[in-house]
Amino acid sequence: MKETPLSNCERRFLLRAIEEKKRLDGRQTYDYRNIKISFGTDYGCCIVELGKTRVLGQVSCELVAPKLNRATEGILFFNLELSQMAAPAFEPGRQSDLLVKLNRLLERCLRNSKCIDTESLCVVAGEKVWQIRVDLHLLNHDGNIIDAASIAAIVALCHFRRPDVSVQGEEVTLYTPEERDPVALSIHHMPICVSFAFFQQGTYLLVDPNEREERVMDGLLVIAMNKHREICTIQSSGGIMLLKDQVLRCSKIAGVKVAEITELIQKALENDQKVRKEGGRFGFAESIANQRITAFKMEKASIDTSDIEEKAEEIIAEAEPPSEVVSQPVLWTSGTAQIGEGVENSWGDLEDSDKDEDEGGSDEAVILDTVKMDTRAEVSDIGSQDEPIVLSDSEEEEMIILEPDKNPKKIRMQNTSAKEKAPSKKPAKKRKKKRATN
Amino acid sequence: MAGLELLSDQGYRVDGRRAGELRKIQARMGVFAQADGSAYIEQGNTKALAVVYGPHEASVGRVSIRGSRSRALPDRALVNCQYSSATFSTGERKRRPHGDRKSCEMGLQLRQTFEAAILTQLHPRSQIDIYVQVLQADGGTYAACVNAATLAVLDAGIPMQDFVCACSAGFVDGTALADLSHVEEAAGGPQLALALLPASGQIALLEMDARLHEDHLECVLEAAAQAARDVHALLDRVVRQHVREASILLGD
Repeated sequence: MKETPLSNCERRFLLRAIEEKKRLDGRQTYDYRNIKISFGTDYGCCIVELGKTRVLGQVSCELVAPKLNRATEGILFFNLELSQMAAPAFEPGRQSDLLVKLNRLLERCLRNSKCIDTESLCVVAGEKVWQIRVDLHLLNHDGNIIDAASIAAIVALCHFRRPDVSVQGEEVTLYTPEERDPVALSIHHMPICVSFAFFQQGTYLLVDPNEREERVMDGLLVIAMNKHREICTIQSSGGIMLLKDQVLRCSKIAGVKVAEITELIQKALENDQKVRKEGGRFGFAESIANQRITAFKMEKASIDTSDIEEKAEEIIAEAEPPSEVVSQPVLWTSGTAQIGEGVENSWGDLEDSDKDEDEGGSDEAVILDTVKMDTRAEVSDIGSQDEPIVLSDSEEEEMIILEPDKNPKKIRMQNTSAKEKAPSKKPAKKRKKKRATN
Repeated sequence: MAGLELLSDQGYRVDGRRAGELRKIQARMGVFAQADGSAYIEQGNTKALAVVYGPHEASVGRVSIRGSRSRALPDRALVNCQYSSATFSTGERKRRPHGDRKSCEMGLQLRQTFEAAILTQLHPRSQIDIYVQVLQADGGTYAACVNAATLAVLDAGIPMQDFVCACSAGFVDGTALADLSHVEEAAGGPQLALALLPASGQIALLEMDARLHEDHLECVLEAAAQAARDVHALLDRVVRQHVREASILLGD
């Protein structure tokens, strides 16, 4: 299926939000999404969820003959596959550019940095070595595949246990898991990729872009580091032009993030180890048992509705019937006129939940300027409350009611669109700041 | 490769260069008559050939290799890069000259570099093809390809923001080395490949492998940037020389 193109309005909206340092999911510019690591019943199998991006990693091993020019080293093989269930746009044969890029990046990050001791994988020099194969499958694409994949790969490798082998002279004995406990791989360090998305020719930068942000970004910089602050890989892609100090700054941020993620990984591995040792239940079935299978599950947002009933009753009791509105332009100064009056926003009480809605709304207000004026006029007739409501927010202290005796109704608080030339809004200089700079 | 000293006590490298010294670069433009632009560059023992066709009409609806659809973009030119390294280019004979993952990745990286540098807005709905062939690989193949491609694009007369100059850099014993040869690359130390627009100092592509501590990143970046600027001085001279020769032939 062809990828749904991103509409221009959505693109503009996203870029505008990024300029104001806002992200759609409420994160800060340097925040990662929630990382959740769960393990399967077998050793070496794990699922990493970075927000909604999900990657499954599986490690397997096999005894093979080594490469001719590297007779004493084991073989590492990485493969990332973009499963068709990850996104409607992924089809066999259509994804090659992205696939090549991701695979090469993973290979360079994990193989060239020598995170695994390949010499320890040698069984009989020149004849038999272990070939470790890491298969990663992208199950859901919500942006930032490379970070999730690198975490999945390294977690799977840390979790994996290979069968024990002993060599006596010419004889090689391979023990089954029942005979001898499987042995962990020797891992020197854990390289983890951190992605930085650049917007507006490098002016703005975000860590861990989600799928929407990836669509509008100019370019991506991936830095793979380990917790000892050694850089394992840097890769810049997309058409961005970077400056040296941008790269240095990103590497510093990456250092901090990698330390956090490494800690998380260690904790997850320890937990799983503990559960297995104590004989508890483990595996994927355990980790998803608590959630019902729902298609889209949003996290609950907390809203304080304890006194909502009293407030609602107050409002209804004290409401006046809407009065006639005479539309006649009033000239304040030359160049500033007003037609009609706004009415108090009837959603003013639900501060918490509507703060977010207003943020999104303030951008749309710029675009759909005139249309909003009409809809607001209609709402004001339907709305039942005209009383000036004193909101106890501290931000409201600056609010000044102009000519209180003349207008019993409070003038509606305008959004940033008050800057537009629409003459019907009062120059509510102080009030509009409240909405815009939340 | 234990025992091979990449940097001696006196500060000399395996091939006798100093830490920040580049290999000898020789370049020639206009080596092919049929192509719109072509160039040949030798950086030490690394030899690369670049050929440019374009801007020409973008193939509409045809599926080219690796599944990427060649389709005209309404507002800018499409840049298509192919990288191929000859089977005899490395010490051991390679089996597949092109089509494997590494070549594909190189092609993508070259494309990314040149899409940023070429003024694609001037040629909407057309396509610019850049083909790079490596004849001998002795380290720094990406850098040689980019340098050759820059000269070829200039030879074809396609407007660019600036030269794109590339160089590789490494880090041994606390010193940053510029322009790595194959021996130095194979030793397994950190390698950085950098493509730079010299006038503004903007980095078009940055790629690094193997472990390097964060504190050393700055000096390696600086070494690579300085080397790229040195390459720029050289390429500039080559271009001017070529133009002078061409204008003499044309009788001024």
